[in-house]
Parts: sequence; structure tokens; C-alpha cells
Amino acid sequence: MQIYLPIAELSVNALLILMLGGGVGFLSGLFGVGGGFLMTPLLIFIGVPPAVAVGTQANQLVGASVSGVLAHWRRNNVDVKLGLVMLSGGSLGTALGVWIFALLQALGHIDLVISLSYVLFLGTVSSLMLWESLGTMLRGRSTATRSKLHHHTWLHGLPFKMRFPRSRLYISALLPALIGFFCGLLVAIMGIGGGFLLVPAMIYILGMPTALVAGTSLFQIIFTTGIAAFLQAVGNQTVDIMLALLLLVGGVVGAQFGTRVGAKLRGEQARALLALVVLAVAVKLAVDLIVRPEDLFSITLPGGA
Amino acid sequence: MRGRRLLALPAGLLAGFMLLLALRADAWGQSLVADLSSHLIAITTGFTGTDVVLFGAVDGEGDVAVVVQGPEGEVTVRHKDRVAGIWINTDEIAFARVPAFYSVALSAPLDGVVPPAVLQRHEIGLDYIRLAPTQKIDKAEKLAEYRAALIRNKQRMGLYATEAGEVSFLGQRLFRTRIHFPANVPTGTYTASVFLIRDGDVVSAQTTPLLVSKIGFSANVTEFAQRQSVFYAVLSIMLAVTAGWLAGIIFRKP
Repeated sequence: MQIYLPIAELSVNALLILMLGGGVGFLSGLFGVGGGFLMTPLLIFIGVPPAVAVGTQANQLVGASVSGVLAHWRRNNVDVKLGLVMLSGGSLGTALGVWIFALLQALGHIDLVISLSYVLFLGTVSSLMLWESLGTMLRGRSTATRSKLHHHTWLHGLPFKMRFPRSRLYISALLPALIGFFCGLLVAIMGIGGGFLLVPAMIYILGMPTALVAGTSLFQIIFTTGIAAFLQAVGNQTVDIMLALLLLVGGVVGAQFGTRVGAKLRGEQARALLALVVLAVAVKLAVDLIVRPEDLFSITLPGGA
Repeated sequence: MRGRRLLALPAGLLAGFMLLLALRADAWGQSLVADLSSHLIAITTGFTGTDVVLFGAVDGEGDVAVVVQGPEGEVTVRHKDRVAGIWINTDEIAFARVPAFYSVALSAPLDGVVPPAVLQRHEIGLDYIRLAPTQKIDKAEKLAEYRAALIRNKQRMGLYATEAGEVSFLGQRLFRTRIHFPANVPTGTYTASVFLIRDGDVVSAQTTPLLVSKIGFSANVTEFAQRQSVFYAVLSIMLAVTAGWLAGIIFRKP
């Protein structure tokens, strides 16, 4: 069934979009991340203008995160206080990111920056994650120590110390705020939720209990993606509501099944699989940057598409 | 889909139209009369592209060329170069008033028959579209390269015809051609220009407007998103939250 997307100005197969949403939703449920890092390149691949892909994806992620956070909320796995501190930095980062996005688009470098950010951040994080999870798998779960948590580094000497009773942490409020700021930037520029970067940052930098990480990051992502979706819709008119709804329907259904399958996987297995998927995306984008493009010329149409 | 339905128009009706046109051409002493089967392309939710038939009559011998052009706008052409191992946009030329859509149909090849100056004046053929840079470019070679790249990219998007279509004559005086508009056709005002060519020059021309417009739901959404963007933003976020919340409720584990 063909359906015309009014903002993307493109006719697509509704079933294909539902399936894309479902597939990415399944993976996001499985691994507990938003899946934006897969969806945005896929949307651009099927012909959606990059600006519309990023804007719509932000809107879609709001719904997906709400759906995801509910389950964690019921199990009381959300640290609201920490989430709000992260959000204070996150909202600033998102607003700045939307502005940078518009600037880069005008200069003609947005595609390059999106690709480079994907390669750099996703490539680095997924490699580290793969290394760590493979190590854990080889050593076996019993010997996996969490000695890192008790190291005292310069991070613990930062001012504005704050207690986070739910996470049993006493750390500088600057740390979560900075992490939020940085991920907010990436939400707006890369069209991703940032969960993939938030989760390891919260575990390794903040030292949060793993059980609380997924729920708290999702809680924060609802708001950063919400701000991004709002600013993109108001400033650039790049949120396609038809596309967002199709992706959402497919995505939330897929995510529920993903969560069920994910419950059967061990933590390090899920992390290794996720790392492999992300690494594949990063490598593909890196190859595209390095290999001579088929046409050295590209055109930008009026309206930023 | 729409295109096929259109072709299923009773042939008699179309023939009747054309006969009328032929009579009119004689009566008014015009050497060329043409019209479109539709002056409005409605982009509805199920739009997948469409065909429009252009038909007309001439008062005697001659070749016919049909040029359809879409709404004009500025287009920037960028060129990539290898910098530190990766391909980066390093140079650009902006072209003013570039038609978003261009297609041409001919009753016979015009190369060598019609002088380039004439084709240039009427923008008949891809090689003769007026594409002027917004700033003066000194190197003609570079300009030609960017110009070709612009056309090539437009062709890849399906918005510039890759080859000239065919204007077919029915008998001596009646002609018709079919113009295809793809699913990604930009909205705006188009013109269909018909030229009658004799002895290497255009002796008569006629231009007919054609409107491409979103209709119904798509149009409402676009208008809403642009006119009341704040309200649209809030509503779209609320929709997303509701959908996510509903899913969380429906799939709640017992």
C-alpha cells in the first residue's frame, strides 16, 4: 500500500515503513536502546530527506521511550532525581544541537558531520563494549569484578556534590549534567536517542547500578527527544507526522517482542550482539566516507531537502 | 494508477476534442492550438505519480516540441574532494531560477535541423535549459562541469527527463504526447509550452499552465505544520506519547 508522506514529500510503501519500525523496534527492545542509530540511516536510504529523517525520528523516539520507560517504572527502576539533573544539561545540549544542525545544513556539511559522528562515537563505544562483553564472556560471570566502581579518580573531586539515594551515589551534579548535555547535542544532530552512549557513560563514569541505568536513561531521553522534536517541528518544519506514526506503530509492537526475547539473553551476550550491530553500521559509514563516491557532485534543493 | 485511468478516457471523446481544436485552429487563423487533459495534478494520500496527456492541432507541415517546466528555485551544486582520506564538500556553485522539473517531447530529432540559438531561446532540450549561476564564474569549463552535474543529479531523482519523449501525429494535423510526473514531483505552478517548428525556426508557440498541488489530508497536514507549527509540534509529540503509553498498557505483562 503506497502512502504519500506530506512533509517528506515522498510516496512510500506503508508496509515497508511498518516493517522497518518493527525490525528496529525489536532490536531496541532486545538491547534496551532507542534504535535511532539504525533508523535514521535507513530512512535516509529509502529517500527521506536527512532533515526530515532526523526530525521525525526524534518524535518517534519520544513514543518509543515512553513505552519503554513504563515497564521500568513499574519495577521502580527509574532514578528520577538523577534523570532530572541529566536533563538540565540535556535540554541545553539539545537546543544547541538543533541550532548547529541548521547551521551545518546551510554550510553543506551536515551529511559529513552526521557520518563522522556516527563513525567516531558509535564506532568507539561499540568497540569498547564488544571488548568488554567478550572479556566478561571469556572470564565467566562469576569472576567478573566491579572493582572500577571503587576507584577514586579526579571525577570524584568535582564540586557541587549531590546525593542520589535511589542510585546510592554521592557525586558531583556536574557529571550527570555534562553527560546529559553531550548526549542532547547528539540527539539533535544525529537523530538518535543517545541511549547507546548514555548507558555506558552512566555505568562507567557515574558508577550507577546497572538495573537502574536503562530506565533512567529512557526517562531522560523522553524529554531530550521531546525538546528536539518540538524545536525541529517549530524551527525547520521537518517532523512528518504520518511517517512518525507508521514508525511508532511498528516500533512499539516490535519493541515488546524484543523485550521478551531480551529477557532470555544474558547481559554480556546482549551487549556483545548490540556492539556488533552498531559496529557494522559504523564500519559501513566509514567505508562510505573513504571510498570515492560514484558522483563527486551533489545538489541541495531549496527548502533544505 | 491515475495515469492509466486517464488513458482509459473514451478515445472518442479525445478525438472529438482534437477535432474541435483543429476546427478552431482554422477558424481563428492560428497555426497552433494545444491543451492538457488536466490542468491540476492533485497529490492525495495515495499519490504514486501520474500522466497528463497534451494534445493539439497544427495548420500544416512542421515539427512539434513540447517543454514542461516546474517551479523555479535556487539550487546549490557541491563538489567533493579527498581531504585527509575522506570525501568532503570543498567547492560549490549556486544556480538561480533552476526549474524543479523539466521534460521535453519532440515529434522528430531537432539536432542539426534547428540552430542551437533557437533551441536556446526557447529552452528546448536538456542542453539548452537556462541555468545561470548566482555569481559570475570565470572558468567556463568549471561552470559546464557543475551544470552537467546539476542535470545528472536531477535525472537521478527522476525530475529531469533522461531522453526526449515522443510527440506522435495522428494524420497530418493532430498531435498528442504523454507527460509523466513521478511520485516525488514538487508542488507548484508548471508550464507546458508547445512550439511549432518550420524551416529551422519556431513559427508559433503556446504556453499552458499546470498546477501541482497537495489536496485533502496531505494538504491539510502540510498547511497545519507550516502555519501553526507550535501547535503541530505539541500535537505530534502528544500523539507519540499516547501511542507509546497505549502500547505499554496493551503489552503489560500479566
